[in-house]
Amino acid sequence: MLRFILKRLLEAVPVLFVVATLAFFLARFAPGGPFDEERALPPNVKAQLAAHYGLDKPLGEQYLLFLKNLARGDLGPSYKYHGWDVDELIADRIPTSLALGAGALAIALALGIPLGAAAAMRPDSAADRLLTGAATLGICLPTFVVGPLLVLLFSNALGWLPASGWNAPADFVLPAATLGSAYAAPVARLMRASMLEVRAQDYMKTAKAKGLSPARIYFVHGLRNALLPVVTYVGPTAAGLISGSFVVESMFNVPGLGQFFVKAAFNRDFTMIVGTVLFYAAVLVALNLLAEIALVKLNPRLKYE
Amino acid sequence: MSDSEKRAADGRAAVSPLRRSCERFFENRAAVAAGAFVLLMLAACASAPLIAPFPFEAQDLELGAAGPSREHWLGTDALGRDVFSRLLYGGAVSLKVGLIATAVSCVIGVFYGMAAGWCGGARDSVMMRLVDILYALPFTLFVILLTVLFGQELWLIYVAVGAVSWLTMARIVRNQTRELRAQAFVEAAICMGQTPAKIMLRHILPNILGTVIVYATLTVPGVMLTEAFISFLGLGVKPPMTSWGLMIKEGADAMQDYPWLLLFPGAFFAGTLFALNVFGDGLRDAFDPRK
Repeated sequence: MLRFILKRLLEAVPVLFVVATLAFFLARFAPGGPFDEERALPPNVKAQLAAHYGLDKPLGEQYLLFLKNLARGDLGPSYKYHGWDVDELIADRIPTSLALGAGALAIALALGIPLGAAAAMRPDSAADRLLTGAATLGICLPTFVVGPLLVLLFSNALGWLPASGWNAPADFVLPAATLGSAYAAPVARLMRASMLEVRAQDYMKTAKAKGLSPARIYFVHGLRNALLPVVTYVGPTAAGLISGSFVVESMFNVPGLGQFFVKAAFNRDFTMIVGTVLFYAAVLVALNLLAEIALVKLNPRLKYE
Repeated sequence: MSDSEKRAADGRAAVSPLRRSCERFFENRAAVAAGAFVLLMLAACASAPLIAPFPFEAQDLELGAAGPSREHWLGTDALGRDVFSRLLYGGAVSLKVGLIATAVSCVIGVFYGMAAGWCGGARDSVMMRLVDILYALPFTLFVILLTVLFGQELWLIYVAVGAVSWLTMARIVRNQTRELRAQAFVEAAICMGQTPAKIMLRHILPNILGTVIVYATLTVPGVMLTEAFISFLGLGVKPPMTSWGLMIKEGADAMQDYPWLLLFPGAFFAGTLFALNVFGDGLRDAFDPRK
Protein backbone atom coordinates (compact mmCIF):
# COMPACT_ATOMS: atom_id res chain seq x y z
CA MET A 1 0.00 0.00 0.00
CA LEU A 2 2.85 2.37 0.83
CA ARG A 3 4.31 1.79 -2.61
CA PHE A 4 0.94 2.54 -4.17
CA ILE A 5 0.63 5.81 -2.23
CA LEU A 6 4.14 6.88 -3.17
CA LYS A 7 3.53 6.05 -6.83
CA ARG A 8 0.32 8.08 -6.88
CA LEU A 9 2.01 11.04 -5.17
CA LEU A 10 4.82 10.95 -7.72
CA GLU A 11 2.27 10.87 -10.52
CA ALA A 12 0.56 13.90 -9.01
CA VAL A 13 3.66 16.08 -9.41
CA PRO A 14 3.42 16.52 -13.22
CA VAL A 15 -0.36 17.01 -12.96
CA LEU A 16 0.06 19.80 -10.42
CA PHE A 17 2.86 21.30 -12.51
CA VAL A 18 0.65 21.48 -15.62
CA VAL A 19 -2.26 22.84 -13.58
CA ALA A 20 -0.04 25.54 -12.09
CA THR A 21 1.31 26.48 -15.52
CA LEU A 22 -2.16 26.63 -17.06
CA ALA A 23 -3.44 28.78 -14.21
CA PHE A 24 -0.40 31.07 -14.41
CA PHE A 25 -0.81 31.82 -18.10
CA LEU A 26 -4.62 31.92 -18.07
CA ALA A 27 -4.45 34.59 -15.38
CA ARG A 28 -1.80 36.62 -17.23
CA PHE A 29 -3.60 36.61 -20.56
CA ALA A 30 -6.84 37.97 -19.13
CA PRO A 31 -7.16 41.70 -19.86
CA GLY A 32 -6.59 44.11 -17.01
CA GLY A 33 -4.30 43.82 -14.05
CA PRO A 34 -4.50 43.58 -10.27
CA PHE A 35 -4.04 47.33 -9.80
CA ASP A 36 -6.97 48.49 -11.95
CA GLU A 37 -9.04 49.97 -9.15
CA GLU A 38 -12.33 51.72 -9.62
CA ARG A 39 -10.57 54.98 -8.89
CA ALA A 40 -7.65 54.82 -11.29
CA LEU A 41 -4.24 55.03 -9.61
CA PRO A 42 -1.72 57.52 -10.99
CA PRO A 43 0.47 55.80 -13.63
CA ASN A 44 3.68 56.20 -11.63
CA VAL A 45 2.11 54.57 -8.54
CA LYS A 46 0.87 51.72 -10.68
CA ALA A 47 4.31 51.26 -12.22
CA GLN A 48 5.90 51.24 -8.76
CA LEU A 49 3.44 48.62 -7.52
CA ALA A 50 4.12 46.50 -10.60
CA ALA A 51 7.87 46.81 -10.05
CA HIS A 52 7.47 45.94 -6.37
CA TYR A 53 5.75 42.66 -7.23
CA GLY A 54 8.06 41.93 -10.18
CA LEU A 55 5.25 42.34 -12.72
CA ASP A 56 7.40 44.60 -14.94
CA LYS A 57 9.77 41.77 -15.83
CA PRO A 58 9.32 39.75 -19.07
CA LEU A 59 6.68 37.03 -18.77
CA GLY A 60 9.18 34.19 -19.22
CA GLU A 61 11.30 35.51 -16.36
CA GLN A 62 8.21 35.90 -14.17
CA TYR A 63 7.25 32.30 -14.92
CA LEU A 64 10.68 30.95 -14.00
CA LEU A 65 10.66 32.93 -10.77
CA PHE A 66 7.17 31.62 -10.04
CA LEU A 67 8.32 28.01 -10.53
CA LYS A 68 11.36 28.58 -8.34
CA ASN A 69 9.22 29.94 -5.52
CA LEU A 70 6.64 27.23 -6.01
CA ALA A 71 9.26 24.53 -5.63
CA ARG A 72 10.00 25.99 -2.19
CA GLY A 73 6.29 26.01 -1.39
CA ASP A 74 6.03 29.80 -1.61
CA LEU A 75 2.93 31.00 -3.44
CA GLY A 76 3.91 34.65 -3.16
CA PRO A 77 2.12 37.71 -1.79
CA SER A 78 -1.47 38.50 -2.66
CA TYR A 79 -1.81 41.58 -4.87
CA LYS A 80 -5.13 42.53 -3.36
CA TYR A 81 -4.80 41.75 0.35
CA HIS A 82 -1.70 43.83 0.91
CA GLY A 83 0.77 42.45 3.42
CA TRP A 84 -0.63 38.91 3.22
CA ASP A 85 0.88 35.88 1.55
CA VAL A 86 -1.47 33.69 -0.45
CA ASP A 87 -0.67 30.59 1.59
CA GLU A 88 -1.42 32.48 4.82
CA LEU A 89 -4.76 33.66 3.46
CA ILE A 90 -5.72 30.17 2.34
CA ALA A 91 -4.53 28.50 5.56
CA ASP A 92 -6.47 31.08 7.55
CA ARG A 93 -9.75 30.01 5.96
CA ILE A 94 -9.23 26.26 5.74
CA PRO A 95 -10.79 25.52 9.18
CA THR A 96 -14.01 27.31 8.25
CA SER A 97 -14.36 25.64 4.88
CA LEU A 98 -13.36 22.28 6.34
CA ALA A 99 -16.04 22.53 9.04
CA LEU A 100 -18.74 23.62 6.60
CA GLY A 101 -17.69 21.07 3.96
CA ALA A 102 -17.48 18.19 6.43
CA GLY A 103 -20.89 19.07 7.86
CA ALA A 104 -22.40 19.26 4.38
CA LEU A 105 -20.83 15.97 3.35
CA ALA A 106 -22.10 14.28 6.52
CA ILE A 107 -25.61 15.54 5.79
CA ALA A 108 -25.40 14.45 2.14
CA LEU A 109 -24.27 10.93 3.05
CA ALA A 110 -26.62 10.57 6.02
CA LEU A 111 -29.56 11.48 3.79
CA GLY A 112 -28.47 10.02 0.48
CA ILE A 113 -27.24 6.54 1.43
CA PRO A 114 -30.26 5.36 3.49
CA LEU A 115 -32.78 6.94 1.10
CA GLY A 116 -31.11 5.45 -1.99
CA ALA A 117 -30.83 2.03 -0.34
CA ALA A 118 -34.45 2.21 0.80
CA ALA A 119 -35.63 3.12 -2.70
CA ALA A 120 -33.83 0.06 -4.09
CA MET A 121 -35.62 -2.30 -1.67
CA ARG A 122 -38.78 -2.38 -3.80
CA PRO A 123 -37.91 -1.05 -7.26
CA ASP A 124 -40.78 0.66 -9.10
CA SER A 125 -42.97 0.74 -6.01
CA ALA A 126 -44.73 3.95 -5.05
CA ALA A 127 -42.10 4.63 -2.36
CA ASP A 128 -39.28 4.13 -4.87
CA ARG A 129 -40.89 6.50 -7.38
CA LEU A 130 -41.44 9.11 -4.71
CA LEU A 131 -37.84 8.90 -3.48
CA THR A 132 -36.36 8.82 -6.99
CA GLY A 133 -38.53 11.75 -8.03
CA ALA A 134 -37.48 13.72 -4.97
CA ALA A 135 -33.81 12.97 -5.68
CA THR A 136 -34.16 14.09 -9.30
CA LEU A 137 -35.87 17.27 -8.16
CA GLY A 138 -33.04 17.80 -5.66
CA ILE A 139 -30.51 17.71 -8.50
CA CYS A 140 -32.49 20.43 -10.31
CA LEU A 141 -32.64 22.86 -7.39
CA PRO A 142 -29.55 25.09 -7.31
CA THR A 143 -28.19 26.03 -3.87
CA PHE A 144 -29.25 29.63 -4.45
CA VAL A 145 -32.88 28.52 -4.53
CA VAL A 146 -32.66 26.05 -1.65
CA GLY A 147 -30.73 28.44 0.60
CA PRO A 148 -33.22 31.34 0.53
CA LEU A 149 -36.13 28.90 0.92
CA LEU A 150 -34.53 27.37 4.03
CA VAL A 151 -33.93 30.87 5.44
CA LEU A 152 -37.51 31.82 4.65
CA LEU A 153 -38.79 28.77 6.53
CA PHE A 154 -36.41 28.30 9.46
CA SER A 155 -35.35 31.88 10.23
CA ASN A 156 -38.17 34.13 9.04
CA ALA A 157 -41.24 31.97 9.58
CA LEU A 158 -40.21 29.70 12.46
CA GLY A 159 -37.39 31.75 13.94
CA TRP A 160 -35.41 28.63 14.94
CA LEU A 161 -32.10 29.37 13.27
CA PRO A 162 -30.09 32.50 12.43
CA ALA A 163 -30.23 33.60 8.79
CA SER A 164 -26.53 34.40 8.50
CA GLY A 165 -23.28 34.76 10.38
CA TRP A 166 -20.52 32.45 11.55
CA ASN A 167 -20.07 32.71 15.32
CA ALA A 168 -22.40 30.44 17.25
CA PRO A 169 -22.81 26.70 16.53
CA ALA A 170 -26.39 27.38 15.38
CA ASP A 171 -25.02 29.53 12.54
CA PHE A 172 -23.53 26.39 11.10
CA VAL A 173 -26.81 24.51 10.50
CA LEU A 174 -28.44 26.32 7.57
CA PRO A 175 -25.33 26.71 5.36
CA ALA A 176 -24.36 23.07 5.93
CA ALA A 177 -27.92 21.92 5.19
CA THR A 178 -28.08 24.02 2.01
CA LEU A 179 -24.77 22.71 0.75
CA GLY A 180 -25.44 19.14 1.89
CA SER A 181 -28.86 18.91 0.28
CA ALA A 182 -27.30 19.71 -3.09
CA TYR A 183 -25.18 16.57 -2.83
CA ALA A 184 -27.67 14.28 -1.05
CA ALA A 185 -29.70 13.92 -4.27
CA PRO A 186 -26.92 12.56 -6.52
CA VAL A 187 -25.72 10.29 -3.69
CA ALA A 188 -29.24 8.84 -3.33
CA ARG A 189 -29.53 8.22 -7.08
CA LEU A 190 -26.11 6.62 -7.25
CA MET A 191 -26.85 4.47 -4.19
CA ARG A 192 -30.16 3.27 -5.62
CA ALA A 193 -28.69 2.32 -9.00
CA SER A 194 -25.76 0.52 -7.44
CA MET A 195 -27.92 -1.31 -4.88
CA LEU A 196 -30.16 -2.55 -7.69
CA GLU A 197 -27.14 -3.93 -9.51
CA VAL A 198 -25.78 -5.60 -6.37
CA ARG A 199 -29.13 -7.21 -5.64
CA ALA A 200 -28.95 -9.11 -8.92
CA GLN A 201 -25.55 -10.64 -8.05
CA ASP A 202 -25.14 -14.35 -7.36
CA TYR A 203 -23.63 -13.87 -3.92
CA MET A 204 -26.88 -12.28 -2.76
CA LYS A 205 -28.70 -15.45 -3.75
CA THR A 206 -26.04 -17.55 -2.02
CA ALA A 207 -26.47 -15.54 1.16
CA LYS A 208 -30.22 -16.10 0.99
CA ALA A 209 -29.77 -19.84 0.32
CA LYS A 210 -27.51 -20.06 3.37
CA GLY A 211 -30.45 -18.85 5.41
CA LEU A 212 -29.01 -15.53 6.55
CA SER A 213 -31.45 -13.01 7.96
CA PRO A 214 -32.74 -10.46 5.41
CA ALA A 215 -31.24 -7.63 7.43
CA ARG A 216 -27.81 -9.26 7.39
CA ILE A 217 -28.05 -9.93 3.64
CA TYR A 218 -29.13 -6.39 2.93
CA PHE A 219 -26.69 -4.54 5.12
CA VAL A 220 -23.58 -6.72 5.23
CA HIS A 221 -23.62 -8.28 1.76
CA GLY A 222 -25.59 -5.67 -0.15
CA LEU A 223 -24.82 -2.29 1.33
CA ARG A 224 -21.11 -2.80 1.65
CA ASN A 225 -20.70 -3.65 -2.02
CA ALA A 226 -23.21 -1.05 -3.19
CA LEU A 227 -21.19 1.66 -1.45
CA LEU A 228 -18.30 1.37 -3.92
CA PRO A 229 -19.61 3.83 -6.58
CA VAL A 230 -20.62 6.25 -3.83
CA VAL A 231 -17.06 6.23 -2.49
CA THR A 232 -15.74 7.00 -5.97
CA TYR A 233 -18.18 9.89 -6.19
CA VAL A 234 -17.36 11.23 -2.74
CA GLY A 235 -13.66 11.75 -3.58
CA PRO A 236 -13.99 14.67 -6.04
CA THR A 237 -17.17 15.89 -4.33
CA ALA A 238 -15.41 16.29 -0.99
CA ALA A 239 -12.63 18.19 -2.77
CA GLY A 240 -15.22 20.63 -4.08
CA LEU A 241 -16.82 20.94 -0.64
CA ILE A 242 -13.55 21.63 1.15
CA SER A 243 -12.65 24.29 -1.41
CA GLY A 244 -15.76 26.14 -0.35
CA SER A 245 -18.87 27.27 -2.14
CA PHE A 246 -19.09 30.86 -3.26
CA VAL A 247 -22.89 30.86 -3.35
CA VAL A 248 -23.45 29.43 0.12
CA GLU A 249 -20.67 31.50 1.66
CA SER A 250 -21.92 34.78 0.25
CA MET A 251 -25.53 33.93 1.08
CA PHE A 252 -24.85 33.13 4.74
CA ASN A 253 -21.86 35.41 5.31
CA VAL A 254 -19.43 32.57 5.96
CA PRO A 255 -15.74 33.52 5.77
CA GLY A 256 -14.69 30.49 3.72
CA LEU A 257 -12.36 29.69 0.83
CA GLY A 258 -14.99 29.80 -1.92
CA GLN A 259 -14.89 33.60 -1.91
CA PHE A 260 -11.24 33.56 -2.95
CA PHE A 261 -11.89 31.49 -6.08
CA VAL A 262 -14.33 34.06 -7.44
CA LYS A 263 -12.81 37.26 -6.07
CA ALA A 264 -9.31 36.35 -7.22
CA ALA A 265 -10.56 36.11 -10.81
CA PHE A 266 -12.51 39.36 -10.55
CA ASN A 267 -9.55 41.18 -8.97
CA ARG A 268 -6.95 39.69 -11.34
CA ASP A 269 -5.09 38.76 -8.17
CA PHE A 270 -2.63 36.58 -10.13
CA THR A 271 -0.94 34.85 -7.22
CA MET A 272 -4.27 34.19 -5.56
CA ILE A 273 -5.70 32.66 -8.76
CA VAL A 274 -2.77 30.28 -9.03
CA GLY A 275 -2.91 29.57 -5.28
CA THR A 276 -6.59 28.66 -5.22
CA VAL A 277 -6.36 26.54 -8.37
CA LEU A 278 -3.36 24.66 -7.01
CA PHE A 279 -5.02 24.20 -3.63
CA TYR A 280 -8.10 22.70 -5.27
CA ALA A 281 -6.04 20.42 -7.51
CA ALA A 282 -3.93 19.20 -4.58
CA VAL A 283 -6.99 18.49 -2.44
CA LEU A 284 -8.59 16.69 -5.39
CA VAL A 285 -5.54 14.49 -5.92
CA ALA A 286 -5.34 13.70 -2.20
CA LEU A 287 -9.02 12.85 -1.83
CA ASN A 288 -9.08 10.72 -4.98
CA LEU A 289 -6.19 8.79 -3.48
CA LEU A 290 -8.09 8.39 -0.19
CA ALA A 291 -11.15 7.21 -2.12
CA GLU A 292 -9.06 4.61 -3.94
CA ILE A 293 -7.66 3.31 -0.64
CA ALA A 294 -11.17 3.19 0.83
CA LEU A 295 -12.36 1.19 -2.20
CA VAL A 296 -9.74 -1.49 -1.63
CA LYS A 297 -10.58 -1.60 2.07
CA LEU A 298 -14.28 -2.08 1.25
CA ASN A 299 -13.70 -4.67 -1.45
CA PRO A 300 -10.58 -6.78 -0.86
CA ARG A 301 -10.90 -8.28 -4.35
CA LEU A 302 -9.70 -4.96 -5.75
CA LYS A 303 -5.96 -4.48 -5.83
CA TYR A 304 -3.86 -1.35 -5.60
CA GLU A 305 -2.71 -0.59 -9.13
CA MET B 1 -44.62 -7.94 -20.58
CA SER B 2 -44.19 -4.98 -22.91
CA ASP B 3 -45.44 -4.92 -26.50
CA SER B 4 -41.98 -5.30 -27.93
CA GLU B 5 -41.17 -8.25 -25.69
CA LYS B 6 -44.47 -9.92 -26.59
CA ARG B 7 -43.66 -9.63 -30.25
CA ALA B 8 -40.20 -11.04 -29.69
CA ALA B 9 -41.71 -13.98 -27.77
CA ASP B 10 -44.23 -14.61 -30.54
CA GLY B 11 -41.38 -14.90 -32.95
CA ARG B 12 -43.20 -12.61 -35.36
CA ALA B 13 -41.45 -10.25 -37.76
CA ALA B 14 -38.13 -9.08 -36.33
CA VAL B 15 -38.17 -5.46 -35.16
CA SER B 16 -35.25 -3.13 -35.74
CA PRO B 17 -33.34 -2.14 -32.59
CA LEU B 18 -34.21 1.50 -33.17
CA ARG B 19 -37.92 0.73 -33.37
CA ARG B 20 -37.74 -1.48 -30.28
CA SER B 21 -36.00 1.31 -28.35
CA CYS B 22 -38.60 3.85 -29.47
CA GLU B 23 -41.42 1.55 -28.42
CA ARG B 24 -39.75 1.02 -25.07
CA PHE B 25 -39.43 4.77 -24.65
CA PHE B 26 -43.09 5.43 -25.44
CA GLU B 27 -44.13 2.83 -22.88
CA ASN B 28 -42.47 4.98 -20.19
CA ARG B 29 -45.31 7.44 -19.60
CA ALA B 30 -43.43 9.70 -17.20
CA ALA B 31 -40.60 10.19 -19.71
CA VAL B 32 -43.04 10.92 -22.55
CA ALA B 33 -44.90 13.46 -20.41
CA ALA B 34 -41.58 15.06 -19.44
CA GLY B 35 -40.54 15.25 -23.08
CA ALA B 36 -43.84 16.88 -24.00
CA PHE B 37 -43.42 19.38 -21.15
CA VAL B 38 -39.93 20.30 -22.34
CA LEU B 39 -41.19 20.79 -25.91
CA LEU B 40 -44.07 22.93 -24.66
CA MET B 41 -41.72 25.06 -22.56
CA LEU B 42 -39.33 25.42 -25.50
CA ALA B 43 -42.17 26.49 -27.79
CA ALA B 44 -43.59 28.95 -25.26
CA CYS B 45 -40.20 30.56 -24.57
CA ALA B 46 -39.20 30.65 -28.25
CA SER B 47 -42.42 32.50 -29.10
CA ALA B 48 -42.15 34.84 -26.09
CA PRO B 49 -42.38 38.02 -28.25
CA LEU B 50 -45.71 36.74 -29.64
CA ILE B 51 -47.42 35.29 -26.57
CA ALA B 52 -45.98 37.22 -23.62
CA PRO B 53 -48.66 39.57 -22.24
CA PHE B 54 -46.12 42.38 -21.69
CA PRO B 55 -42.73 43.34 -23.20
CA PHE B 56 -39.86 42.17 -20.98
CA GLU B 57 -38.65 45.71 -20.21
CA ALA B 58 -42.07 47.36 -19.75
CA GLN B 59 -42.09 49.04 -16.34
CA ASP B 60 -44.99 50.15 -14.20
CA LEU B 61 -43.28 52.12 -11.44
CA GLU B 62 -46.56 53.16 -9.84
CA LEU B 63 -47.51 49.52 -9.37
CA GLY B 64 -44.07 48.39 -8.20
CA ALA B 65 -43.79 44.90 -6.75
CA ALA B 66 -47.22 43.31 -6.51
CA GLY B 67 -48.33 39.73 -5.96
CA PRO B 68 -50.18 37.65 -8.54
CA SER B 69 -53.30 39.30 -9.92
CA ARG B 70 -55.64 38.88 -12.90
CA GLU B 71 -53.61 41.29 -14.96
CA HIS B 72 -50.16 40.06 -13.87
CA TRP B 73 -50.59 36.30 -13.41
CA LEU B 74 -47.35 35.73 -11.53
CA GLY B 75 -46.99 39.23 -10.04
CA THR B 76 -44.55 42.02 -10.84
CA ASP B 77 -41.03 42.88 -9.68
CA ALA B 78 -39.86 46.05 -7.91
CA LEU B 79 -39.93 47.98 -11.20
CA GLY B 80 -43.46 46.77 -11.95
CA ARG B 81 -42.31 44.43 -14.71
CA ASP B 82 -44.56 41.44 -15.42
CA VAL B 83 -42.92 38.31 -13.96
CA PHE B 84 -44.66 35.85 -16.29
CA SER B 85 -43.54 37.71 -19.42
CA ARG B 86 -40.00 37.99 -18.11
CA LEU B 87 -39.99 34.28 -17.31
CA LEU B 88 -40.81 33.52 -20.95
CA TYR B 89 -38.11 35.86 -22.28
CA GLY B 90 -35.61 34.71 -19.66
CA GLY B 91 -36.44 31.09 -20.39
CA ALA B 92 -35.59 31.64 -24.04
CA VAL B 93 -32.12 32.83 -22.98
CA SER B 94 -31.59 30.01 -20.47
CA LEU B 95 -32.78 27.29 -22.84
CA LYS B 96 -30.76 28.74 -25.71
CA VAL B 97 -27.64 28.70 -23.55
CA GLY B 98 -28.49 25.16 -22.46
CA LEU B 99 -28.92 23.86 -26.00
CA ILE B 100 -26.09 25.73 -27.74
CA ALA B 101 -23.54 25.15 -24.98
CA THR B 102 -24.47 21.46 -24.97
CA ALA B 103 -23.97 21.39 -28.75
CA VAL B 104 -20.56 23.03 -28.32
CA SER B 105 -19.58 20.52 -25.63
CA CYS B 106 -20.80 17.64 -27.81
CA VAL B 107 -18.78 18.75 -30.83
CA ILE B 108 -15.59 19.17 -28.80
CA GLY B 109 -16.14 16.02 -26.74
CA VAL B 110 -17.07 13.79 -29.69
CA PHE B 111 -14.17 14.78 -31.92
CA TYR B 112 -11.63 14.78 -29.11
CA GLY B 113 -12.86 11.45 -27.80
CA MET B 114 -12.97 9.87 -31.26
CA ALA B 115 -9.48 11.07 -32.08
CA ALA B 116 -8.07 9.73 -28.80
CA GLY B 117 -9.89 6.42 -29.11
CA TRP B 118 -8.87 5.99 -32.74
CA CYS B 119 -5.19 6.79 -32.25
CA GLY B 120 -4.75 4.67 -29.14
CA GLY B 121 -1.34 4.11 -27.63
CA ALA B 122 0.78 6.99 -26.44
CA ARG B 123 -1.29 9.70 -28.12
CA ASP B 124 -4.42 8.35 -26.45
CA SER B 125 -2.74 8.35 -23.03
CA VAL B 126 -1.51 11.92 -23.44
CA MET B 127 -4.91 13.14 -24.61
CA MET B 128 -6.80 11.43 -21.81
CA ARG B 129 -4.25 12.56 -19.22
CA LEU B 130 -4.96 16.11 -20.40
CA VAL B 131 -8.66 15.49 -19.72
CA ASP B 132 -7.74 14.32 -16.20
CA ILE B 133 -5.76 17.52 -15.68
CA LEU B 134 -8.62 19.70 -16.91
CA TYR B 135 -10.90 17.88 -14.47
CA ALA B 136 -8.58 19.12 -11.74
CA LEU B 137 -9.10 22.78 -12.71
CA PRO B 138 -11.95 24.40 -10.80
CA PHE B 139 -14.34 25.05 -13.66
CA THR B 140 -16.00 28.13 -12.13
CA LEU B 141 -12.71 29.96 -12.20
CA PHE B 142 -12.30 28.88 -15.79
CA VAL B 143 -15.69 30.26 -16.83
CA ILE B 144 -15.13 33.49 -14.93
CA LEU B 145 -11.75 33.96 -16.56
CA LEU B 146 -13.19 33.28 -20.01
CA THR B 147 -16.05 35.74 -19.51
CA VAL B 148 -13.83 38.49 -18.11
CA LEU B 149 -11.28 37.72 -20.79
CA PHE B 150 -13.60 38.25 -23.74
CA GLY B 151 -16.22 40.53 -22.24
CA GLN B 152 -19.78 39.88 -21.26
CA GLU B 153 -21.24 38.69 -24.56
CA LEU B 154 -24.03 36.15 -24.75
CA TRP B 155 -22.39 34.00 -27.43
CA LEU B 156 -19.36 33.86 -25.23
CA ILE B 157 -21.31 32.29 -22.39
CA TYR B 158 -22.31 29.50 -24.79
CA VAL B 159 -18.70 28.88 -25.68
CA ALA B 160 -17.38 29.24 -22.13
CA VAL B 161 -19.92 26.85 -20.65
CA GLY B 162 -19.54 24.43 -23.55
CA ALA B 163 -15.78 24.57 -23.23
CA VAL B 164 -15.90 23.34 -19.64
CA SER B 165 -18.58 20.66 -20.09
CA TRP B 166 -17.06 18.41 -22.74
CA LEU B 167 -14.77 16.31 -20.53
CA THR B 168 -17.19 13.54 -19.56
CA MET B 169 -18.46 13.34 -23.13
CA ALA B 170 -14.90 12.93 -24.39
CA ARG B 171 -14.33 10.03 -21.98
CA ILE B 172 -17.52 8.24 -22.98
CA VAL B 173 -16.86 8.67 -26.71
CA ARG B 174 -13.25 7.60 -26.36
CA ASN B 175 -14.21 4.33 -24.64
CA GLN B 176 -16.87 3.58 -27.23
CA THR B 177 -14.48 4.32 -30.09
CA ARG B 178 -11.90 1.95 -28.64
CA GLU B 179 -14.50 -0.79 -28.52
CA LEU B 180 -15.69 -0.14 -32.07
CA ARG B 181 -12.19 0.01 -33.46
CA ALA B 182 -11.71 -3.64 -32.61
CA GLN B 183 -14.87 -4.64 -34.52
CA ALA B 184 -14.68 -6.55 -37.78
CA PHE B 185 -16.51 -3.96 -39.89
CA VAL B 186 -14.02 -1.27 -38.94
CA GLU B 187 -11.14 -3.57 -39.73
CA ALA B 188 -12.77 -4.30 -43.10
CA ALA B 189 -12.99 -0.58 -43.81
CA ILE B 190 -9.31 -0.17 -42.93
CA CYS B 191 -8.40 -3.07 -45.24
CA MET B 192 -10.38 -1.50 -48.05
CA GLY B 193 -8.09 1.50 -47.73
CA GLN B 194 -10.53 4.07 -46.40
CA THR B 195 -8.95 7.06 -44.71
CA PRO B 196 -9.24 7.28 -40.90
CA ALA B 197 -11.24 10.52 -41.18
CA LYS B 198 -13.78 8.84 -43.42
CA ILE B 199 -14.03 5.75 -41.24
CA MET B 200 -14.61 7.90 -38.17
CA LEU B 201 -17.36 9.92 -39.87
CA ARG B 202 -19.06 7.07 -41.76
CA HIS B 203 -18.62 4.10 -39.46
CA ILE B 204 -17.76 5.19 -35.92
CA LEU B 205 -19.88 8.33 -35.56
CA PRO B 206 -23.23 6.76 -36.57
CA ASN B 207 -22.62 3.94 -34.10
CA ILE B 208 -21.96 6.19 -31.12
CA LEU B 209 -24.58 8.79 -32.04
CA GLY B 210 -27.24 7.19 -29.82
CA THR B 211 -25.08 7.34 -26.73
CA VAL B 212 -24.04 10.88 -27.57
CA ILE B 213 -27.62 12.09 -27.95
CA VAL B 214 -28.70 10.42 -24.72
CA TYR B 215 -25.80 11.84 -22.78
CA ALA B 216 -26.36 15.26 -24.36
CA THR B 217 -29.93 15.32 -23.01
CA LEU B 218 -28.49 14.78 -19.56
CA THR B 219 -25.88 17.50 -20.13
CA VAL B 220 -28.47 20.22 -20.81
CA PRO B 221 -29.66 20.50 -17.17
CA GLY B 222 -26.09 20.67 -15.90
CA VAL B 223 -25.24 23.37 -18.43
CA MET B 224 -28.34 25.36 -17.44
CA LEU B 225 -27.26 25.17 -13.79
CA THR B 226 -23.88 26.56 -14.81
CA GLU B 227 -25.55 29.39 -16.70
CA ALA B 228 -27.63 30.16 -13.62
CA PHE B 229 -24.48 30.26 -11.51
CA ILE B 230 -22.79 32.64 -13.96
CA SER B 231 -25.84 34.89 -13.81
CA PHE B 232 -25.71 34.67 -10.02
CA LEU B 233 -22.20 36.13 -10.21
CA GLY B 234 -23.51 38.92 -12.44
CA LEU B 235 -21.54 37.71 -15.46
CA GLY B 236 -24.53 36.50 -17.46
CA VAL B 237 -26.97 38.43 -19.66
CA LYS B 238 -27.09 42.18 -19.21
CA PRO B 239 -30.22 43.86 -17.81
CA PRO B 240 -32.88 44.73 -18.81
CA MET B 241 -32.67 41.39 -20.65
CA THR B 242 -32.93 38.52 -18.23
CA SER B 243 -32.52 34.77 -17.78
CA TRP B 244 -33.93 32.33 -15.25
CA GLY B 245 -30.67 32.34 -13.33
CA LEU B 246 -30.68 36.14 -13.11
CA MET B 247 -34.33 36.23 -12.05
CA ILE B 248 -33.63 33.68 -9.30
CA LYS B 249 -30.70 35.77 -8.13
CA GLU B 250 -32.82 38.94 -8.03
CA GLY B 251 -35.62 37.00 -6.38
CA ALA B 252 -33.28 35.65 -3.70
CA ASP B 253 -32.18 39.20 -2.91
CA ALA B 254 -35.78 40.45 -2.60
CA MET B 255 -37.16 37.29 -0.99
CA GLN B 256 -37.83 38.79 2.45
CA ASP B 257 -40.43 41.21 1.09
CA TYR B 258 -41.58 39.69 -2.21
CA PRO B 259 -41.25 35.88 -1.98
CA TRP B 260 -43.03 35.29 -5.31
CA LEU B 261 -40.03 36.80 -7.11
CA LEU B 262 -38.02 33.78 -5.97
CA LEU B 263 -40.75 31.13 -5.96
CA PHE B 264 -41.98 31.44 -9.55
CA PRO B 265 -38.59 31.62 -11.30
CA GLY B 266 -37.35 28.82 -9.03
CA ALA B 267 -40.37 26.68 -9.94
CA PHE B 268 -39.99 27.33 -13.70
CA PHE B 269 -36.28 26.56 -13.57
CA ALA B 270 -36.50 23.45 -11.37
CA GLY B 271 -39.59 22.17 -13.22
CA THR B 272 -37.92 22.40 -16.62
CA LEU B 273 -34.71 20.83 -15.37
CA PHE B 274 -36.70 18.09 -13.68
CA ALA B 275 -38.53 17.31 -16.92
CA LEU B 276 -35.25 17.33 -18.86
CA ASN B 277 -33.74 14.85 -16.39
CA VAL B 278 -36.76 12.51 -16.49
CA PHE B 279 -36.77 12.73 -20.29
CA GLY B 280 -33.03 12.01 -20.48
CA ASP B 281 -33.29 9.11 -18.02
CA GLY B 282 -36.12 7.66 -20.09
CA LEU B 283 -34.07 7.93 -23.28
CA ARG B 284 -31.09 6.32 -21.58
CA ASP B 285 -33.15 3.41 -20.26
CA ALA B 286 -34.83 2.86 -23.62
CA PHE B 287 -31.68 3.06 -25.72
CA ASP B 288 -29.35 1.23 -23.34
CA PRO B 289 -27.78 -1.44 -25.60
CA ARG B 290 -27.40 -3.80 -22.64
CA LYS B 291 -31.17 -4.33 -22.50
